[in-house]
Amino acid sequence: MQHLKQLVTDGLTAVAQAADETALDQVRVQYLGKKGELTQQLKSLGQLSAQERPAAGAKINEAKQQVQDAITVKRTMMASEALSAQLAVESIDVTLPGRGQDLGGLHPVTMTIERIENFFAQIGFSVAQGPEIEDDYHNFEALNIPAHHPARAMHDTFYFGDGTLLRTHTSGVQVRTMETQQPPIRIICPGRVYRCDSDQTHSPMFHQIEGLLVDDNISFADLKGILHNFLKVFFERDLQVRFRPSYFPFTEPSIEVDIGYLGKDGEQKWLEVLGCGMVHPKVFEHSGIDTEKYTGFAFGMGVERLAMLRYGVKDLRMFFENDLRFLAQFS
Amino acid sequence: MKFSEQWLREWVNPAISSEELVAQITLAGLEVDDVGSAAGEFSGVIVGEIVSASQHPNADKLQVCQVSDGTTETQVVCGAPNARAGIKVAFATVGAVLPGNFKIKKAKIRQAESFGMLCSASELEIGEENDGIMELAADAPLGNDIRTYLNLDDKIIDVDLTPNRGDCLSIAGLAREVGVLNSLDVTCPEYTEQAPQIEDVFSVRVNAPEHCPRFLGRVLNNIDITKTSPLWLQEKLSRCDVRSIDPVVDVTNYILLEMGQPMHAYDLDKVNGSIIVRMANQGESLTLLDGQKVELTNETLVIADNEGVLGMAGIMGGADTGVGEGTHNVFLEAAFFNPISIAGKARSYGLHTDASHRFERGVDYDLQRKAMDRATLLLQSIVGGQAGPIVEQASTEHLPSLTQVVLRKARLKSLLAYKIADEKVLDILTRLGLSLVSSDDDSWTFTAPSWRFDIAIEADLVEEVARVYGYNNLPSTNPVASMEIPAKPEIERPLTVLRRHMVSRGYQEAITYSMVEPGLLAKFDDLNKPVKLVNPISADMAVIRTSLWPGLVKALQHNQNRQQSRVRLFETGQRFIPSDQGLAQQDVFAGLLYGSKHPESWHGKAESVDYFDAKGDLESLLAICGQTFSFEAAQHLALHPGQSAAIKCADKTIGFIGAMHPGLVKDLDLQGPVFMFEVDLASISEGVLSAYETLSKFPEMRRDLAIILDQKISVAKVTQTIESSAGQWLTGVRLFDVYQGQGIENGQKSLALGLTWQHPKRTLTDDEVNQWVEQVVEHLSKHLDASLRG
Repeated sequence: MQHLKQLVTDGLTAVAQAADETALDQVRVQYLGKKGELTQQLKSLGQLSAQERPAAGAKINEAKQQVQDAITVKRTMMASEALSAQLAVESIDVTLPGRGQDLGGLHPVTMTIERIENFFAQIGFSVAQGPEIEDDYHNFEALNIPAHHPARAMHDTFYFGDGTLLRTHTSGVQVRTMETQQPPIRIICPGRVYRCDSDQTHSPMFHQIEGLLVDDNISFADLKGILHNFLKVFFERDLQVRFRPSYFPFTEPSIEVDIGYLGKDGEQKWLEVLGCGMVHPKVFEHSGIDTEKYTGFAFGMGVERLAMLRYGVKDLRMFFENDLRFLAQFS
Repeated sequence: MKFSEQWLREWVNPAISSEELVAQITLAGLEVDDVGSAAGEFSGVIVGEIVSASQHPNADKLQVCQVSDGTTETQVVCGAPNARAGIKVAFATVGAVLPGNFKIKKAKIRQAESFGMLCSASELEIGEENDGIMELAADAPLGNDIRTYLNLDDKIIDVDLTPNRGDCLSIAGLAREVGVLNSLDVTCPEYTEQAPQIEDVFSVRVNAPEHCPRFLGRVLNNIDITKTSPLWLQEKLSRCDVRSIDPVVDVTNYILLEMGQPMHAYDLDKVNGSIIVRMANQGESLTLLDGQKVELTNETLVIADNEGVLGMAGIMGGADTGVGEGTHNVFLEAAFFNPISIAGKARSYGLHTDASHRFERGVDYDLQRKAMDRATLLLQSIVGGQAGPIVEQASTEHLPSLTQVVLRKARLKSLLAYKIADEKVLDILTRLGLSLVSSDDDSWTFTAPSWRFDIAIEADLVEEVARVYGYNNLPSTNPVASMEIPAKPEIERPLTVLRRHMVSRGYQEAITYSMVEPGLLAKFDDLNKPVKLVNPISADMAVIRTSLWPGLVKALQHNQNRQQSRVRLFETGQRFIPSDQGLAQQDVFAGLLYGSKHPESWHGKAESVDYFDAKGDLESLLAICGQTFSFEAAQHLALHPGQSAAIKCADKTIGFIGAMHPGLVKDLDLQGPVFMFEVDLASISEGVLSAYETLSKFPEMRRDLAIILDQKISVAKVTQTIESSAGQWLTGVRLFDVYQGQGIENGQKSLALGLTWQHPKRTLTDDEVNQWVEQVVEHLSKHLDASLRG
């Protein structure tokens, strides 16, 4: 048994001295393998009596376990050291920029249209579209703007010479919708419109959003309510709004809506942001809607104008230059 | 229209400030564009008289003047060429402050003492004229403050009237409106009838009464046109932006401004025989008062005499019969022309006059006699002469008829969601000039006044009541509506999703003009003939695009010129393709790429984009809708012949993709390579509704093949051949290598493909799969002459 003790001591020393996985495995084979020195001890049990055998066996197994445990501990320690070394090698500068594409961006006009669409979608408006090359009837006639009406002079229309023209407003979509649909109607129509005019505040092409609500009992008060609400939501502040009489041949009463702001010297100023009004009975008649049964309102707003106010853009022409330095400012 | 606030206040003078007045009329729909002052800010300037003027001893261009203020004489040195003894002048005394806070002090000018300054109109910011000092009327009261004498504490209000409010294009009309808004009565000048002093008449024939329902004329003989208009009249005109010319023209302009009636005066000695109101003959010519010669169309109403056309009715008179220096006898005209007859006519000749502006909006058809009387009275007070009787040609059947309009109380209340007291409604409408014909418990019936052409139906009355009551005084509510949610098919892929997809792949959205330069467009599309604008704003916006590429390429150019080395743009919008079936207005989605694959980075070397970057981006966009698309080599004018493809969906070409043709890149002075695509939006906006399929529990089998074949054979062809021969349970064909070069014969290429099979209900056997592989190899060899790579 003295011999067994010595074997254990030698074994533990060998485990402690093993420098790597391979050496450790050799130690295991040397002491615990099939022909290992401790395993061999079990063979000597045959020379002992039946009474002595269990106690001696237990001692040998205990010795084996002692060496085995030392090996396990050592192995775990080695794995953990190896991992630490690997982690140290693999560490990187996490502040280096990531790989892949930069994010692009939507055009500010699109962003503005989407915000407006979302507002009106929440109160049950659907988006309607119409042609940009429009006929005289839908752009003017059906909107109560007969030929030679002075209002046509305000429109600076682009013509094609065959009775068609580039639409001067999105109001024609109202007519097209009412021709095919009976009330209740709740639509908004965003799109490109064209006027033969160009300077810092006029572009030959710009965007409008037209809205139309036709139902039983729609009143002037409803129009005021919705638009005031819209402007508060759009500009995200509780702004002052005033309603000013104006004239559009397709609405009556006609209104221009101004928002209030304070000028440099603190004086109250007003800025026109949209036009609207109760749908003119003649427009209803053109589109076959019963003017006694239904009333409604329509509104139109210039998208670039709202985008300029919202984002502080100063020159309308910037919107169509598509300068990346400009576009990248909106996301 | 610009008008003088003081002139208005002579008619109606509410106890409110100028600012309040401006706000009030703006909120009544008469939008004020601008408010200016009649004169600059100054003080200490009085009426003086130059008693004597002598040459300055030390300066050629200066004079030493003795100026009287009525009591004392003061010496002033003046450099104006018109400074001379006997004229009344604007005299800025020592201590005066001129506009710009310029203080007048005692001074010595080249050794001559000067106590003050003689002012020009522009120095006082009264007018633009600057040829010397202001010369005041001979009866100007010496010593009076110029501001008081010339009434300079006045505001010039520029009101931008909507086309329906022609009735407000005069002081009378504005005063009426201000009267209504303040519940005040309006004081009009008295229009006394001017009895004829002579018998002379000039014959008038109206051949087109439907266009000219009323025409009044009057002869005025022996006038003295050398007289000048009184200062008050000149001042009133100038504050309304009208220049004083001669008394006759001034008076007709004054009547236009005060009453809204455009008038015209002819030199009677130059008119032959009679006045005839008729349509022009096609091609007849006329030299207008402004010297312009026009050729008339037969849709133009004219005033003619026995020999020819004298003027365009309601627009502008002719030069030949205009009043001028040698005029002794005049014929005055005051007419009512039908608005529809005048509307658009001036514009069609490129003209726009004060008269046409009013006639096309509608002039009060009961105003002509009053205007004639007032004009005669005023004119005679200046130029004398004898007036003949008024000759009137009127056609009652063609004059506007008085329509009756009913306003229902319930309708008014429901439209405004508010009850305005009956008395208030009546007060508003009657002050506006409507006459109450009858009324009952439920409604009123009115007739509109002769000056309102915009009141014909009930809604017109509702508007008037609401407008005067004040839009901002009416309630505001949220509408109550049935909450039926509009249906939206799930398979629709909203444009916003497609756009955001491109954004996440690094693209910036662009919006380019729909109007493009025809020459540029022709470089991108020679198949479609674009529609042309009749009146383009410029030559480079003369046609409507048949492709979005020219616009995107211009944007690329703009950015390349600004040192952008990496450009990825997309645009959605319509292109306009003419065809026998009419014009197709087609929504498309287009994109453009240029520069490096990735943003400049520490990682790896910058590599320029190629066809497959563009295709990858496009394929990922197409994948959103989930339909099956294919790419086929195709030729396109703007694209590289070896790097361009037609995009197909179920055999229909839905767009093109490719490298921009290097010739075109050079031609447009661009840096390349540039890649572009454009696809029909509708074809990629409708997807397929997702449907569940049972997942197979059995393993997938994979076999890799390496084949060698002619390099011209497309991968699409290879894939098709494999799919048609690999049996029912083939689940995928993946290309994982393409190789040409060492070890592969010239003109050949090697492809490596991974094929997978899976059965839904059982495990496939090796034998089965090997058999399919054999079939595939056989087919590839037979149809594409492909061999297995050994």
